Amino acid sequence: MKAFFKHKNGLIGGAMIGFIFVVALAAFFWTPYNPLAINLHIRLQPPSATHWLGTDEFGRDVLSRVMAGAAASGTVALLSVISAVGLGLFMGVVAGFFRNWVDRVLMAINDTLLAFPGILFALGVMMIVGANKWGIIIALGLAYTPTVVRVVRGTVLSIREKEYVEASRMIGNSELVTMLRHVLPNCAAPVAVLTTSMVGWVLLSESALSFLGLGVPPPAPTWGNMLASSRQYMQSAVWLSLAPGLCIALTLLGINLLGDAVRDKLDPRMVVA
Amino acid sequence: MLSYIARRVALTVPTLLLVMVAVFALIHLIPGDPAQLMLGDAADDATLSQLRQHLGLDRPLTVQFARWLLNVVHGDFGHSITNGLPVLPLLLERIQVSGTIILAAVTLATLIAVPAGLIAAWKQNQTVDVAIVAGATLLLSIPSFWLGLLLMLQFGLKLGWLPVVGYVPLSENFSEGLLYLLLPIATLVMIESGILTRMSRASAIDVLRLEYVTHARAKGVSESQVLRRHVFPNAFGPTLTMIGVILGNLLGGIAVLETVFTLPGIGRLLVDAIYARDYPVVQGVMLLTALTYVFINLIIDLCYPIFDPRVTT
Repeated sequence: MKAFFKHKNGLIGGAMIGFIFVVALAAFFWTPYNPLAINLHIRLQPPSATHWLGTDEFGRDVLSRVMAGAAASGTVALLSVISAVGLGLFMGVVAGFFRNWVDRVLMAINDTLLAFPGILFALGVMMIVGANKWGIIIALGLAYTPTVVRVVRGTVLSIREKEYVEASRMIGNSELVTMLRHVLPNCAAPVAVLTTSMVGWVLLSESALSFLGLGVPPPAPTWGNMLASSRQYMQSAVWLSLAPGLCIALTLLGINLLGDAVRDKLDPRMVVA
Repeated sequence: MLSYIARRVALTVPTLLLVMVAVFALIHLIPGDPAQLMLGDAADDATLSQLRQHLGLDRPLTVQFARWLLNVVHGDFGHSITNGLPVLPLLLERIQVSGTIILAAVTLATLIAVPAGLIAAWKQNQTVDVAIVAGATLLLSIPSFWLGLLLMLQFGLKLGWLPVVGYVPLSENFSEGLLYLLLPIATLVMIESGILTRMSRASAIDVLRLEYVTHARAKGVSESQVLRRHVFPNAFGPTLTMIGVILGNLLGGIAVLETVFTLPGIGRLLVDAIYARDYPVVQGVMLLTALTYVFINLIIDLCYPIFDPRVTT
């Protein structure tokens, strides 16, 4: 019964994420209306048959903007996570591999970076690289790298003491071959678990930055900046805050359900809330 | 015990130093001349070189860092460019607002979440557990700024029970000030209890499997005693770690909530300073937040032995 429930949750989460992914992908090629087209004659219209999710303060179609927002937020989240995991894997393996002064220096830098809360760190990086789409990707990617380094290094350190690693050394494989062939593949489980949750954290951070006006610059829609501009019309046009907010919440819910399932499957011992 | 404390405190010294270097480096890594950035494009050469000299930008970087470090240690965080006021008093005033909200919210969330997690673990896979986990997962998935907006819409605008915009310091008028803080605190309590409940449940489940729990039960110890005396102290460690992480995340992320509720906190100060290119203030907020976070982690680490004396060895 328990296994069935867990399985079902993972399926529901996977289906939700799959659906959002397809919609985001589709939005690169087609949206019902142009998400940037302004038409003041139809501003602030409630949801109707022609505009399923209503229109915003400039008469832009909310459904089209939510779809385009999924594409924008999704791109930022995926690229940031890919760079964080790539860089983190490399640094974590290097630190865990050398275990000498290289390890100590890397970890000292890493611990310092961890001393800055994620968003704060991202804000700092964005001041250096600039507040645009690529700036956010670099900033969020760097901001979440230290967490990956931590997890990867810890895993590498525990795996390299295992018997099969010892065996690989014994049959004459070099440290590098042992590392690439036996240690690295066994980091996959914890990294997969971390990656799934990280997509959620990064998406939330991106929405928060956009909400603060420090994310992807308008008029390009993201869920965060749509929420920010909906504040003024909260009472008269509640659909403007409901649509993007629900999108963020449902995506995060899907990621959390999927993340739980991935964790149960790959690493039942890992305790991550 | 003493040596554990000493070791842990000593470990923060290099971290503190590197944090200082990182914050100092930030301003110098921003492309362009800091003086130009601060004064804008319209500034003439005389004013620029005057500011450069005043800030010591014409000296070598090491000298600049040493000077800045010395000033910071003496409580001199520089002056705001927008209004010329010293940065430190401004920071202290703003962090009180954010600190009150964060501490109240995390304390309340812990008081709700830890028992909820224990009960869920105790009744694992029963209806109560499924309901608690579902609720926690839902709460965990809602962005704080959206929940804040919805609560404000319902209780502020529709029902008119609570003020929507503004802030009154608690020290001026406690009961009125509390009205302004109620919604932001409630928002955070709801969201953070989600994460903490799941953490508390997961670690309690791990402990419930252990032999000493079976042993205690076999001895005839009541279930509530088992949970309180044996499960809670041993399961609290990971939750404590999570509380540290949450405090750090909130320190960095409180700006969104302060934007929703127009509160004059440290997060809003940072965002406004970034917009205004008020770099001394940006530097100050970054430094104060990072130092606070290092300090929180230190306190959390020093708390572990209370729940698990084995940590000290």
